[in-house]
Amino acid sequence: MDYKYFPHTSDDLQAMMEKVGVKDLDGLYAQIPDAIRFKGDYQLPSEMSELEVRQLFDKLGSQNQQLTCFAGYGVYDHYMPSVIPSLLQRSEFLTSYTPYQAEISQGTLHYIFEYQSMMAELTGMDISNASMYDGTTATAEAMMMAVAAGKKQNKVLVSAGLNPKTREVLDTYALHQGIELETIPLKDGVTDLSILKSQLAKGGVAGAIVQQPNVYGIVEDFTGFAEACHEQKALFVVNSVIADLAVLKTPGEWGADIAVGDGQSLGIPMQFGGPYVGYMCCTEKLIRKMPGRIVGMTKDNRDQRAFVLTLQAREQHIRRQKATSNICSNQSLMALFVTMYLSLMGKQGVKEAAELSYAGAHYLCDELVKTGKFHLAFDKPFFNEFYVKYDGNVDTLSKHLLEAGILGGVKLGDGILFAVTEKRTKEEIDNLVNIAAL
Amino acid sequence: MNNRLYGNLIFELSKEGRKGYSLPKNHFGSYEIPAEMKRAEEAQLPECDELTVVRHYTNLSNNNFGVDTGFYPLGSCTMKYNPKINEEMAALPQFQNLHPEQPGETVRGAQALVTLLEKSLCALTGLAHFTFKPYAGAHGELTGLMTIDNYHRSRGDMARKKVIVPDSAHGTNPASAAVCGLEIVEVKSLANGQVDFEDLQRLVAEQGTEIAAMMMTNPNTLGLFETRIPEIAQLIHACGGLMYYDGANLNPMLGACRPGDMGFDVMHINLHKTFSTPHGGGGPGAGPVGVREGLQDCFPFVSPYQGNYGVMMRAYAYILSLGREHVKEVGPLATLNANYIKESLKDVYELPIDTICCHEFVFDGLKDKSTGVTTMDVAKRLLDYGYHAPTIYFPLLFHESLMIEPTENESKETLDSFIAVMRQIAEEAKTDPELVKGAPHNTPIGRVDDVLAAKHPVTTYRQLLAENVQ
Repeated sequence: MDYKYFPHTSDDLQAMMEKVGVKDLDGLYAQIPDAIRFKGDYQLPSEMSELEVRQLFDKLGSQNQQLTCFAGYGVYDHYMPSVIPSLLQRSEFLTSYTPYQAEISQGTLHYIFEYQSMMAELTGMDISNASMYDGTTATAEAMMMAVAAGKKQNKVLVSAGLNPKTREVLDTYALHQGIELETIPLKDGVTDLSILKSQLAKGGVAGAIVQQPNVYGIVEDFTGFAEACHEQKALFVVNSVIADLAVLKTPGEWGADIAVGDGQSLGIPMQFGGPYVGYMCCTEKLIRKMPGRIVGMTKDNRDQRAFVLTLQAREQHIRRQKATSNICSNQSLMALFVTMYLSLMGKQGVKEAAELSYAGAHYLCDELVKTGKFHLAFDKPFFNEFYVKYDGNVDTLSKHLLEAGILGGVKLGDGILFAVTEKRTKEEIDNLVNIAAL
Repeated sequence: MNNRLYGNLIFELSKEGRKGYSLPKNHFGSYEIPAEMKRAEEAQLPECDELTVVRHYTNLSNNNFGVDTGFYPLGSCTMKYNPKINEEMAALPQFQNLHPEQPGETVRGAQALVTLLEKSLCALTGLAHFTFKPYAGAHGELTGLMTIDNYHRSRGDMARKKVIVPDSAHGTNPASAAVCGLEIVEVKSLANGQVDFEDLQRLVAEQGTEIAAMMMTNPNTLGLFETRIPEIAQLIHACGGLMYYDGANLNPMLGACRPGDMGFDVMHINLHKTFSTPHGGGGPGAGPVGVREGLQDCFPFVSPYQGNYGVMMRAYAYILSLGREHVKEVGPLATLNANYIKESLKDVYELPIDTICCHEFVFDGLKDKSTGVTTMDVAKRLLDYGYHAPTIYFPLLFHESLMIEPTENESKETLDSFIAVMRQIAEEAKTDPELVKGAPHNTPIGRVDDVLAAKHPVTTYRQLLAENVQ
């Protein structure tokens, strides 16, 4: 075959077809009914050389505008250490699959164990699984886990502070699962504990889900939430922006049973929406209810420390329709990404990045308010994202900022949600403020 | 290969005061984070310099086996070559730096790629529309079943809650159906590995008005083409159900047969199998779902944006590289490779169904089982010889399943050397069974104690430390 990915010479083909007992390659498909055989040409472009592929992607790339990002809404433009892309491309990591054969997969198993340890540390929870697709689906899995753990309780309460996109994914899963979702309203921008309590009191609640910081960037005070849930035998689920947990009070400290969210804020490129990585941590008590892969420590027959996929009796390939979830594998390479990120940044680096983001966001907020055209929508503490009302036309402002190469936040309702990370410089912020002040 | 120091856990390489990062100084003035917001105990993350981190993860990679390392005949997983150009394209900053909430006019190129990829997948499958939201194969299955459930609901046909699945199906099929709130009905397989059409007719006659869909892979998990697929589709459609195609085994169909033409209405594609994107140690993959005209309004919202966009970029680069000329050679070559191995080994390994296969086939262990050497032992011994093991103990139809899938990228030399080693192992099983039962011997670690791991789970470094104290 005259093609770089196919090693078969015509001699090879002849010898192999002879062994198999067919006259030509078509003969391999003799069992397919003729009426459904595909015989034509696919409506596809003609083969492209590597240079042509590059040219096409470059052309498409040139139709994308590179912007200075002040948008968040669950996806943040954080700094990626240069070590990561180079190590992530190590093909022993990249081109392997799920570590079924532990003896030749210790690299993967080892880093997943580190990943689980780090996620448990950041969330303040006992244990973590080996990762999930993203934050929204991890939250849906937490919802289902709460219902499965709750036996006959079929209702899940969801704070209105949850990102609407996450909520929409929850709605989808809930519809098909027959789970009833009820919204816990906000009061002055934060989840209303007294309403939560009355909702819980009605009974039948398997869990309550809140978000930290919430969709408006507000750092909520969850004092009393876990107790209220536990009194009614409901699980308390906290979805957090993981990078912020370097500094913020943890789901564990709030008394959460399950901590979930997206790992994207740990330096993963925004990449137009993915791939990211979902994390899920829980209390030790719930380990056998947790979906997804889990790596545990063990020994080999040479008495060496070794790591292995464990507690597989929860999973689809064993339990089939009775499994804790249909999730098959994990988002392994992205779990490796955040593991390397956290190894490099370490105990101090994650705090420093969070503090810089916090400072930058508060500086931007102060400067915007000073223009007299912006007002914080809620008088509540925020972290690196905040929600403001603008006296002028939001769309016109966005357009002016875009013309200057700035992605000026995300429009939400009649306000704007701005996010700042450690990547934004004072010059960039001042530039935004100057345009916004006009 | 495994350095004792750098092969430790990253936590064990940590020393207080070391740092592996550099960040800009704070130019914003003093903004103190209020104490009441802060965590009481700091996260016990490692503190390492940059080179230590680099050496640690490089060492870990040395303990891994990937497609780039050697032959990886893991059945059902389609471990084909992951071209490097795909990686280069996915890393382009013009795409990597795009925020998913950017206004449409600033991401024209990124959107165009989605449309182009959709068009290509439609051409390859014979379906009309794709959603790219699903993040993986299992997520695609769930999305496809939700689409089907939405379709029946939209017609007020609320009684259709059953999904027919062959007993040879992947475990994700029944699990996905359960997550979608649907009930599984198993249809039997015949001795020749194909769906028992009579059993299916009986199921449809009894429960036809409750059937939401039939879910199949074709070729099935035994690597066999379901020859009665047109009649099966007709039967299911006639009772009001839809046909779902699990794209796990799509690879051998490139150049041979399109799911749309087989009569399927909904399918998912594992881009990380058929379209060469790397498996990444378990993910990220992508599981776009395609449907016939008219069903696209039933797509559910299963993720916020365009799924794993970076994976889609890789898949499109692969499709362009192959072009219409070579994409149709993928299936025949993968099929030829599988049949070549099968024919070369069936005298020493038990082949329960001796017929032409597609991209993969299943042995039921060694032909001579008298020395007690199991499929597990054969798999472990293969590691000693520098091969990844096939999929073992799946499908569940046989006790000693050994499922081999070579893909189209493997040369005759690679296959011949694999065949020679498989024969050698069969020989060893007779002459020195203990050698095989004790395998692997040449790997960084020996056989692991699964029971210990499950009985007493230690899954974090904190638990490991507590363990040591005791």
